[in-house]
Amino acid sequence: MNEEINIIVCIKQVPDPEGPPSAFQVDSKEMWVIPKGIPPVLSPFDENALESALHIKDTNKNVRITAISMGKKLARAVVIKALAVGADEIILLEDKNFDPKRLDCYSVAYVLATAIKKIGKYDLILLGRQAADWNFGQVGSGIAEIFEIPSITLAQNVKLEDGNVMVERVLPDGYEVIRVSMPVLITVSHEVGDLRYPSMHDIKKSKNKPITTWNIRDLGIELPQGHINLLKLFVPKQEKTCHFVEGESLEEAGANLALKLKEDKII
Amino acid sequence: MVEQKGVLVCAEVTDQGRISPITLELLGIGRKLADDLGSKLSAVIMGSEIGNIAEELIFFGADNVYLVDNPLLKEYQTDPYVTALQRLSKYVTPDIIVIGQTSIGQDLAPRLAFRLKTRLTTDCINLDIDPETKLLFQTKPVYGGNVLAVYACETKPQMATVRARAMSPSGRDDSRRGKVIPFDSKIDASLLKTEVVKRVKEEAKGVKLEDADIVVSGGRGIGGPDGFKQIDDLAKLLGGAVGASRPPCDMGWVSSTCQVGLTGKIVAPNLYIAISISGTSQHFAGMLGSKNIVAINKDPEANIFKVADIGIIGDYRKVLPAFIENLRKIAAHGSE
Repeated sequence: MNEEINIIVCIKQVPDPEGPPSAFQVDSKEMWVIPKGIPPVLSPFDENALESALHIKDTNKNVRITAISMGKKLARAVVIKALAVGADEIILLEDKNFDPKRLDCYSVAYVLATAIKKIGKYDLILLGRQAADWNFGQVGSGIAEIFEIPSITLAQNVKLEDGNVMVERVLPDGYEVIRVSMPVLITVSHEVGDLRYPSMHDIKKSKNKPITTWNIRDLGIELPQGHINLLKLFVPKQEKTCHFVEGESLEEAGANLALKLKEDKII
Repeated sequence: MVEQKGVLVCAEVTDQGRISPITLELLGIGRKLADDLGSKLSAVIMGSEIGNIAEELIFFGADNVYLVDNPLLKEYQTDPYVTALQRLSKYVTPDIIVIGQTSIGQDLAPRLAFRLKTRLTTDCINLDIDPETKLLFQTKPVYGGNVLAVYACETKPQMATVRARAMSPSGRDDSRRGKVIPFDSKIDASLLKTEVVKRVKEEAKGVKLEDADIVVSGGRGIGGPDGFKQIDDLAKLLGGAVGASRPPCDMGWVSSTCQVGLTGKIVAPNLYIAISISGTSQHFAGMLGSKNIVAINKDPEANIFKVADIGIIGDYRKVLPAFIENLRKIAAHGSE
């Protein structure tokens, strides 16, 4: 028995969201955000999705994890991290056509679904609940629609039980436990927990793991036309003039702050 | 080609069988969009035995209310809800569909958009009708709120989800007239691909972060769990909730449910007090919608002062006790 369970995890590279706001500059001519001085990282929610897959691999036999990442040019250091923490292989969808400016959520879902079909076997498809850069949160649901399989969003825990998948889905005031059969697509929320750190041994071992690169011709598709138009991109005028409350001492400043809030009728 | 017209908003029902707060915000923005287009505002309400509250949506601004009442819709589940709404959309053929960026909306809207072969802009904080093209201009924060993007969609219906508290709620007027139209979505149990085994409520202690009128948040500079006791005291005194940036949650000083930011909760209180928070874009994503922002930080160059209305430069350990004491005095004085 004990058939292999194939988990696909889709991971996106984004500019590090922990960077300071000044690191995100808008090129208004290009209509794009140009990150300044911050490295690309795995989108944090996708790291959560990868951790969730690794947890399933830790607790079940015969689990194979394939990571997929898509982009115009992918940073190898970020790619290697996914292998070092425990993914069995990674497929890079790399093509000059995968320019985020030309893609919308539909075309990304379509390309990823095509790649997953090409891989052939999928029981569980995991993604982060949304990307940390453009924040759309719909590629996962889109892949599920293309495959006509069930999807569960905002998972805080995913485990296998008697051949089914048990998912805890975050609710505003708690969570719900959902039972679903495979194949299923799940989007993962940060409550799952942070991605583990790879050990030196893991990093060494990962050098022998397969990295496959497919371009758009390998996938045998044409990029669907985008149907959503970005009209305007700008940094909101959030530079308020901060009124600094002062005093003879910091204690006095603290007391004055209470008065200021009262005067301004904020409290 | 069917002419697509009017605005459809998707009402949400609370566990107690009432209309949820975001529904009033959806009706508020929906009414404005419909008036700008010179068209009708429809609302759809889905659930089980909810006929008694359908009419209220008219009092809050809807011209037509589609009532989709079915035992299979008693609790939210993806497949029956998406299918019911897909069928209703085909019947109503709206120009625009607006849904809340809620636990339900985040799940429902993307699948619906793919099924209707249209595009969706999620988490919008502003929606406008362009006077020339009559297209829906959809504004959403990207890159953790550091940048705003405005989108328009070429396909119909144009779909958006809107962030809670971003739109003004519509007011109630019992003299408003409209129609409640029952809609048979013809869904059956064969659609159910998932089974909800149980729902677990986690009672938040004190005020819920997302609903709080005042949020007091601490950052890395708080230094440890002891410092958060002061944050907690201040929050209690103000009747507010405790928040935090990411580092205190990662280090276990406070529960991760307190995290405000891109990978946490998005809050928009009347007053947000940021203590020893330097201000990363990831944190800003969760709190820039706050009406008044107060920052206490010993670094005068901290990013947080760029978004704060009121600030104190200095160590919170010195500032907070006097602040708290004077707040108590003011409160005591006010009640005399």
